[in-house]
Amino acid sequence: MTTTREPQPTMTSAAAVLPPDAAGDGPRGLRQHLPVLYPAAMLLVFFVVPFGIMLAFSFFHRVQGGFYEPAFELDNYARFLTPLFVSALGFSILLCGLAATVCVALALPFTWLLGRSSVRVQTAWLVFILSVLSLSEVIVGFSWSVLLSRSAGVSNLLVALGLAAEPAAWSPSFPALLMGLCYVSLPYAVLVLYPSVVRLPSEITEAARTLGASPVRTFLTVVVPSLRRAVVATLILVFVFTLGSYLLPQLLGQPQHWTLSVLITDQAVYQSNVPFAAAIAVFLMLVSLGLIGITLLLSERGRA
Amino acid sequence: MRGEVLLKRLFMGLVAAFLAAPLVVVAGVSLNEKRRLLFPPEGLSLNWYAALFADEKWVAALRNSGTIAVLAALLSVSIALPLAWFLWRYRVRYARALFALGVAPFILPPVITALGFLVFWTSVGLYGAMGATIVSHGIFFMTLPLVNISLGLESIERETVEAARTLGADERAVFRTVVLPGILPYLVSSFAFVFVLSINEYIVSYMVSGFTVETIPIKIFNSLRYGYTPIMAVVAVLFVAVSFTVFGLMARNGRLLRILGRH
Amino acid sequence: MHDLRLEGVAKTYGTVLAVEQVDLHVRAGELVCFLGPSGCGKTTLLRIVAGLETPSAGRVVVDGRDITPLPSHRREFGMVFQSLALFGHLGVGENIAYPLRIRGVPAERRRARVEELLALVRLPGVADRRVTQLSGGQRQRIAIARALAMDPKLLLLDEPLSALDAKLREAMQIELRLLQQRLGITTILVTHDQREAMTMADRIVVMGNHRIQQVGTPLEIYRRPANTFVADFIGTSNLLPARVAGTGVRFAGHPIAVAALPPGLSEGAEATLLVRPEELHVLPAAAPGPNRLPATVAFVRDVGSLVEVHVDCGDTRLVTAGLRKDQPAVAPGDTVQVNLPPEACLVLAA
Repeated sequence: MTTTREPQPTMTSAAAVLPPDAAGDGPRGLRQHLPVLYPAAMLLVFFVVPFGIMLAFSFFHRVQGGFYEPAFELDNYARFLTPLFVSALGFSILLCGLAATVCVALALPFTWLLGRSSVRVQTAWLVFILSVLSLSEVIVGFSWSVLLSRSAGVSNLLVALGLAAEPAAWSPSFPALLMGLCYVSLPYAVLVLYPSVVRLPSEITEAARTLGASPVRTFLTVVVPSLRRAVVATLILVFVFTLGSYLLPQLLGQPQHWTLSVLITDQAVYQSNVPFAAAIAVFLMLVSLGLIGITLLLSERGRA
Repeated sequence: MRGEVLLKRLFMGLVAAFLAAPLVVVAGVSLNEKRRLLFPPEGLSLNWYAALFADEKWVAALRNSGTIAVLAALLSVSIALPLAWFLWRYRVRYARALFALGVAPFILPPVITALGFLVFWTSVGLYGAMGATIVSHGIFFMTLPLVNISLGLESIERETVEAARTLGADERAVFRTVVLPGILPYLVSSFAFVFVLSINEYIVSYMVSGFTVETIPIKIFNSLRYGYTPIMAVVAVLFVAVSFTVFGLMARNGRLLRILGRH
Repeated sequence: MHDLRLEGVAKTYGTVLAVEQVDLHVRAGELVCFLGPSGCGKTTLLRIVAGLETPSAGRVVVDGRDITPLPSHRREFGMVFQSLALFGHLGVGENIAYPLRIRGVPAERRRARVEELLALVRLPGVADRRVTQLSGGQRQRIAIARALAMDPKLLLLDEPLSALDAKLREAMQIELRLLQQRLGITTILVTHDQREAMTMADRIVVMGNHRIQQVGTPLEIYRRPANTFVADFIGTSNLLPARVAGTGVRFAGHPIAVAALPPGLSEGAEATLLVRPEELHVLPAAAPGPNRLPATVAFVRDVGSLVEVHVDCGDTRLVTAGLRKDQPAVAPGDTVQVNLPPEACLVLAA
């Protein structure tokens, strides 16, 4: 009856949304329920309630001067449906979808190669990646704006090497922003993919090799399909993560590149229009949940 | 085969260069002698490192960030530990729902969670208090300890627990003598993860108490906008050094790869 | 010394049956073995005794006292697990002293008891080592010492030797049995290895399909299996499809005289004829007589001390076994005769 159980994948893994595998009996009485009451209460009060309030706020009526009164009106949502905000929504989705795709396209072969390195090399890389992960978005934005600037950037290096005629300013721009988003999400993507990749039995790829597939073909025809679920999960995670990025669009993009996150913060903090900010947030959440649902549905169907 | 290895090295090298580039920039800027932004740096000096600790406002920001990170990490672990233990110990119908609730704060776009905290703290009249930021961070990051501690619990073999029970240990004694020693490294790493992420977090701190409690990331962003100073690069270098030390130590005791999901 | 009674014990998981209606008395000082294929419910039954599972019905009674509601940690049974379940974060001595520490025994007395137990399992002086520094057999002894540390009422062994290699396992079986007899401790052993059961047990409880199939001494079980399940599971058996004919049976058209017929089988009823390989004799081909069957040699397995001859008799394959000196030299394809002595022929209901 007793079995040694497989350790659960980490936070980073696709399976992380599943609870640990309980083997005991059900809890009986208040005494045995006691340990769960505190975390449940904390999550309820400080996560569910704030969410509820935010939802309620999105229907409130705004009064001039930064105040608002309880109401139930859809004005905030109606206001969202103006060309300015709809195009911002479209741009956010496009930008983050693109960032997620580029990021995963880079992270997947990287993680695969990493997983096939020695334990020492893997450890060194992961310590490095975790350190990069802890770089604040502010610092990332600042560093890349320096690297892409005309006065102190990489373009000076190209001039020095004779590859370019004169230094150029590459930031702020759309590619700069895209690269910045890829940079901040790459460590996450690697960490999410890592457990699935290192657990992929090496016999699978060896079998493909003995059957005559080249390394690149093996990767594309065996590794990528075997890791489908992890790849989809990573795409979603990076997409959602970049949707929430607030600083990079301001540091590496031009005003027309500002995402909904920037607009939400702007409305909430500078325009003091919390109801409208809440409405955008709810909208953003619904759209991202919808996209996630579609992605999952498509990937499930693809599997069948 | 040789070409293959070469290609692999080239690819890994490019990724390393890409990831390391910003580190090179901040390291260079932090050593720059002049106040002006120069890269590559002209005239190496450690002046700005001294300046950081001489500037009261930066020290205050450091203190704020440190306090928030330590307390948020403690709070986070204290919420996650009983929840993870409960889900591991008992078979409950609503386990999935509880677990999903614990994972949700980290999976939503951060700006949404941040706005939720903003309206909540405004409603209860604690907007701008450091305590509000601590609690917000504690909840926001609790996903990591929850998943990490669950992983630690899964690594405890059921038979070991049963052996302790047949040898006379009650629930409390089992927890003290078997469970706790088993998950201790995971508790420590959970604390470290939350600490490092909290100290670098921007949007939640900003929305909850950005104008009253200046944390390091907020201070850096403000200094970018309202007058640049190399001190911000110094801070960044110090933070990376701290993270590197923390994760390096975790790697030394050999658990890092397992925590990250390797068998 | 303590005795154990299981009264109408059953266990279901949802709608899945794990153990069906078990009544059993384990006498004081006895070693009883639960033997059966994997998934037969023997481990579940042991875990119910240990208090690690709650029975869906029935009672667990020790010395006349119903302990069914008593949690595991208050039962005072020593248990050795399949994985041994030694505590990796504790040293050898600390592992053995664990049950004493839990009960608040002072350190001084704990140390003395640890030395005593280490001497008992013949591993003196390893108290300060780490568990990982010990070999498989040594860990085995530590797990037993730990289970014995608090003078348990019952010793429960869940496939405790399965992790050892074959040679060491055989030696440990004898050592463990001698230790049990010396201590006189009432013991239940769970195993799927019939050789282990035969070596160690006073009585064997053969389990199959979630219920007890037969209870008896090792010899009884081997000689007089209660049904085809037990006959098939214990030892190598020739199970031949037969029909009742007069005072004997017919198999493949040949009349076979048997020592006795089980009650309740009428003329012409289907039955199973059981003959152990070592009771069968291979003879040179001759005219068929009573209890002699013509056969063709299909395969010869010569393992040195024993020779097994597999013969085909009609559609049925029979296995014979004997010492080399008792067997005629035959080769595959030879036509031979097999002799079934009537006193070795056991008839079971089909």
